[in-house]
Amino acid sequence: MFQLILFSILNGLVYGMLLFMLSSGLTLIFGMMGVLNFAHASFYMLGAYIAFTLGLRLGFWPALVIAPIVVGLLGAVIERQGLRRVHRFGHIAELIFTFGVAIVIEEIVQLVWGRPAKSYQVPAALDFPLFRAFGSSFPAYKAFMLVISIAIFAFIFVILTRTRAGLIIQASLTHPQMVAMLGHNVPRVFMVVFGIGSALAGVAGVIAGPVLGTFPGMAQVLGSIVFVVVVIGGLGSLTGAFVASLLIGIVQTFAVAMDVSVGGMLTAVGVPASAGGALHDLWKVTIAQVAPILPYVLLVLTLILRPTGLFGTRET
Amino acid sequence: MSAPAATRSLALPGVARAVLARRVGLGLAAAVLLLILPQLVPTGTALAIMNQMGIAVIFALSFNMLLGQGGMLSFGHAVYFGIGGFIAAHVLNMAGRGTLWLPVPLLPLVGGLGGLAFAVLFGSFSTRRAGTVFSMISLGVAELMAASSLIFDRFFGGEEGITTNRSKAPLLLGLEFTRDRQVYYLIAFWLFVAALAMYAFSRTPVGRMANAVRDNPERAEFVGYSQHRVRFVSFCAAGFFAGIAGGLFAINYEILTAENMGLNASGGVLLMAYIGGIGYFVGPIIGAVIFTFLQSMLSDYTGMWLLYLGILFLITVLFVPMGLAGILMLHAPAWRSRRIGRLVVPYLITGALGLVAVIGAIGLLELLHFVAVSEGAGATKRLFWTTIAPRTLMPWLGFAALAVLGALGVRWTAPRAAAAFAEVTK
Repeated sequence: MFQLILFSILNGLVYGMLLFMLSSGLTLIFGMMGVLNFAHASFYMLGAYIAFTLGLRLGFWPALVIAPIVVGLLGAVIERQGLRRVHRFGHIAELIFTFGVAIVIEEIVQLVWGRPAKSYQVPAALDFPLFRAFGSSFPAYKAFMLVISIAIFAFIFVILTRTRAGLIIQASLTHPQMVAMLGHNVPRVFMVVFGIGSALAGVAGVIAGPVLGTFPGMAQVLGSIVFVVVVIGGLGSLTGAFVASLLIGIVQTFAVAMDVSVGGMLTAVGVPASAGGALHDLWKVTIAQVAPILPYVLLVLTLILRPTGLFGTRET
Repeated sequence: MSAPAATRSLALPGVARAVLARRVGLGLAAAVLLLILPQLVPTGTALAIMNQMGIAVIFALSFNMLLGQGGMLSFGHAVYFGIGGFIAAHVLNMAGRGTLWLPVPLLPLVGGLGGLAFAVLFGSFSTRRAGTVFSMISLGVAELMAASSLIFDRFFGGEEGITTNRSKAPLLLGLEFTRDRQVYYLIAFWLFVAALAMYAFSRTPVGRMANAVRDNPERAEFVGYSQHRVRFVSFCAAGFFAGIAGGLFAINYEILTAENMGLNASGGVLLMAYIGGIGYFVGPIIGAVIFTFLQSMLSDYTGMWLLYLGILFLITVLFVPMGLAGILMLHAPAWRSRRIGRLVVPYLITGALGLVAVIGAIGLLELLHFVAVSEGAGATKRLFWTTIAPRTLMPWLGFAALAVLGALGVRWTAPRAAAAFAEVTK
């Protein structure tokens, strides 16, 4: 039991911080431009694939630096050439545009790398168990993921709160017109933030690719969860994204580890559960099976009960 | 504004009668076209594609009740299509076993009611908000249903899905549905009825209020309408018609899997409606026909058909947000003034050059795909009815030349075509 709790918390932290790397960029972009970027997870996927290809030639470490830069530049180009153009048609048009970008990126990935999953491996230098406890071992690579994501969190925090550029970004979040009046090029700030957000998603892809798998569906798998995170945390709120990332990460990891069925639980509480009838499937449902649904239930509940999310200050 | 009111009230009956006559004429023409289509293109493949198109048209029209007429962008409209289909398939199975009496022609109605029931359930909370929140909830609901389909094995049939058999159900008026052609007429019938009903809905007061709520919810509230209620009614109607399409799908393919209500299916209907043009009633019809046609044609030749459709979609979003129907409508004045003939030559030239550029681009993409992915599959590839060797320099240069020359040509001739258009519509 103790082993389960310890490892679930550790894995939940790793997964949650990974979610934060994606959700921080997404929520910043939303906060500034009001655009919910459907293609955000596609940049994550591109990061993994580009790092995989670069890794074959240059090794993991150069790829860790180069791939996010490539992805970030691509994000900036898409913002400049595409998103800015549809901006005048309103938020729905922007959402539709990013949806189209997500489709095209997924198809391009299949065009260039093919449909089967790539065997993107953990770098040899990190391929050892970090420590053993209660008969299970914790891989060093996961610790590395945790360190990288915490470093990035600290980096964003310092940039946003302690530098001049961060101040301009924060001001553009709430008062874009005033910032423009003061002589700053607000559209360029948007483009840079979009690029940085995409690059962060790229970093997440580079480090998550070996663990969560590098395949054409990886964007869809994580993309919806990241949406859930930013909505629950409150759109535009970095703190909210942080808390919600960890919450979803830990809740999901715990749920997956629990193999208790609804019928079993009811029986334990004293309610006799019949195994037949139309509800047959419902009794057999285990918590582990419910795990993929949980985030979406939370999402729908949040949107109904508290549209501002946990830490959001405004409604979408 | 007040002065012409008198003349308008005098002119109105005549104008209204003319408009009505034109609409009835259009409806009759559509009915006749639906009836004779199987005679015009009598092959089995064409029939199968037309069946698919009919279902897609109903689905896309129901989607546009949300996006085009109600301003609600749903990422989960396939949920109602799929639910309707699954319920119809189960009912058809029951009818086949003799548990209940229901002939195949009425089955789409069952699907529709199933879609409606779930639209009432999910719509009750998701239509409270418009815009991005609505989109997010619809996405959440879609993911919820996708995840649930893995749990409720009995209803959704797990990986294999639910199979059914339309030939076992009781007959109505002796109508059998063993051949594709018979199914075609069933789909055509329901397509006609559903399209008519959806058009009629858009003309009812609540359909009009859906437009008003889309454009300015605050003012609609001040007039005394609840924006939530108006959106809810549209949402339920859209769910109903999506369910009808799902029921027809169950009859036509006799199988349903969870994929039919997944995110890709929901995305597909968005592509159809948008490419066709969401601002016009005929837009989704055009979009669904073209999308289905391209999908079935392209998928024979290339594994990347969705890439081409996705690029077409992006181009539409970026450059022609009014869609194909919008482009057609732009030419209505020229058509009415009988000057459209002057556009034929400039359009043909630009179109031919554009086609050259497109062929070049497609060739390059296919070459890239071949070299990047299918490594051990031999040295040659058939492309555009010729055999080429992708690993040599020549085809790359050739397609690149086509793409560049075509694009340059379009840049040169497009302003002339635009000028001709401006001249004609002046």
